[in-house]
Amino acid sequence: MLGLRKHFPLRGGVLQRTQAWVRAVDGVSFEVAPGETLGVVGESGCGKSTLARLLLRLIEPDAGRVAFDGEDVRAASASRMKRLRRDMQLVFQDPYASLNPRLTIEDTVAFSLLVHGTPRAEARERARALLGRVGLDPRLYGRRYAHELSGGQRQRVNIARALVLDPRLLVLDEPVSALDKSVQAQVLNLLQDLKAERALTYVFISHDLNVIEYVSDRVLVMYLGEVVETGTAEALAQAPKHPYTQALFASSPSMDPDHRMDRLPIVGDPPNSIDPPSGCRFRTRCPFAMPRCAEKPPRLVPVSVTHEVACYLYEAEPAALA
Amino acid sequence: MAISAALGEAPVVVAAPMSYWRTVRWRLAHDRATLLAGGVLALIVLSALLAPWLAPYDPSAGSIRLRLAPVGAPGHVLGTDEQGRDMLSRLLWGGRMTLVAGLTPVLVAFVLGAGLGVAAGYVGGITNTLIMRTMDIFYAFPAVLLAIAISGALGPGLANTLISLSIVFVPRVVRVAESATVQVKSLEYIAAARASGAGVRAIVRHHLLANVLGPILVFSSTQVSLSIILAAGLSFLGLGVTPPAAEWGLMLNTLRQSIYVNAVVPALPGLAIFVTSMAFNLLSDGLRDAMEIRG
Repeated sequence: MLGLRKHFPLRGGVLQRTQAWVRAVDGVSFEVAPGETLGVVGESGCGKSTLARLLLRLIEPDAGRVAFDGEDVRAASASRMKRLRRDMQLVFQDPYASLNPRLTIEDTVAFSLLVHGTPRAEARERARALLGRVGLDPRLYGRRYAHELSGGQRQRVNIARALVLDPRLLVLDEPVSALDKSVQAQVLNLLQDLKAERALTYVFISHDLNVIEYVSDRVLVMYLGEVVETGTAEALAQAPKHPYTQALFASSPSMDPDHRMDRLPIVGDPPNSIDPPSGCRFRTRCPFAMPRCAEKPPRLVPVSVTHEVACYLYEAEPAALA
Repeated sequence: MAISAALGEAPVVVAAPMSYWRTVRWRLAHDRATLLAGGVLALIVLSALLAPWLAPYDPSAGSIRLRLAPVGAPGHVLGTDEQGRDMLSRLLWGGRMTLVAGLTPVLVAFVLGAGLGVAAGYVGGITNTLIMRTMDIFYAFPAVLLAIAISGALGPGLANTLISLSIVFVPRVVRVAESATVQVKSLEYIAAARASGAGVRAIVRHHLLANVLGPILVFSSTQVSLSIILAAGLSFLGLGVTPPAAEWGLMLNTLRQSIYVNAVVPALPGLAIFVTSMAFNLLSDGLRDAMEIRG
């Protein structure tokens, strides 16, 4: 996934002229290795869900490229795309809106198979088997409707639906945010088990650092549609470099009384992504903002082999180099 | 997982959960007001259907000597009208006209409106703008005015009444269908279906229509009573069914002057319209409640 960019036009007025662009995802590039879990973390509204939809080509990017196994997903023909869709699936955030209220959960899971031409009886059989695997006894739940299930159960259905096509890449868009803490843990463990069992690759999107830290191998920190830092989960947790990442970690409550929050991490709301600040987008809330932060957006520079950060604090002043 | 494993070993007693339509039927069967309305409606429809056999007299044969006989007059249970025609026979025959004029436009509007509305909502963009703005032009006129204008232009007659009323109701249904479609389209299960590689037809058939047709059907059913009243109104104004055919609105009109002579007989067609539209309204209310998805 290279230089992915999505600008949403913001239309208004009688003639529906484009008046402004919401820069939801702006030049995000990353790679996911097979078998890896890439965590994507950021505040709400920073473009995480847009990113998920771009990856699966549910919306078309304005620029950039999504490649799956080296194949450009955007260039795929309709029939090729249908084949590709089996390999990449999405688990949705909202366990209520993501299930059709008129279908039994068995039919919900079987639908994807039917779309790909599996005979009805076999599709049903496989759907039932998978429901059992995610912890929903098909004899008890198969014929039920989504509204008869709890949030955690719905999310299990959601996972089963995504897995029934045997995908290799699973994009999880805040899969546990809507659930209670105790249910979250169950679903996370289920996801970890399934990953090992089926050799899956995850792109795991969340705003919850604890969850991200728990599941991810590598983490991508997003702020206002841009990547500000990427690195292994341990590196980020132990030595976050970007002021935004530091603030994120500082703001998650600590169990250790010696590590109480001694200052307020970040204040205020993120700026409007219709009209982001010039230069570094975080500078308006950054405690270390310098004059040059307003001039040009910082590039991602490596601080170690697996750790990159987009901040002038870690980039030598060009003048100093000269 | 532990839970399902435990359940797997125990002898599982599976209480089959009710399917959606069975639930709806069960709810309808336990809703007294709706049942009553349905019963009344069934009687009205049946009597209209069986009018040729039930009616004691020819609906257009009158007798000058027996004009405006009161209710309960010998030989005429519900009296006679201003031309001495048997009221019971005319009400029975008139019901056929009124029901046809009430139901047909709504049926046409349901089919056309749902099609146009779902297309506008699902395709969006310029298609949506074209369809919805065209509908807005019709919507801008009050229903009665529009019906009168179109009927006036087309001339009297049952067929023209049906056409003009259909034109009145299509835009209303389109609006409801469009907004329901737009709402459902943005839900994640539609995105999930797209992510699974389903084509537009499969998505619309299995995911969209199933969730959209219910509200459209309920809305359309609320329009039946309005359609009956409008049809009756058009006849009343001389734009609908032409005399001597019996139609409740028309009967109301011709009996209007006689209200000072005999107040009860001229009120009968009005009562028939009232009861019928009331029954349709109650039925659609019941339908709405029964089709609601409760968590």
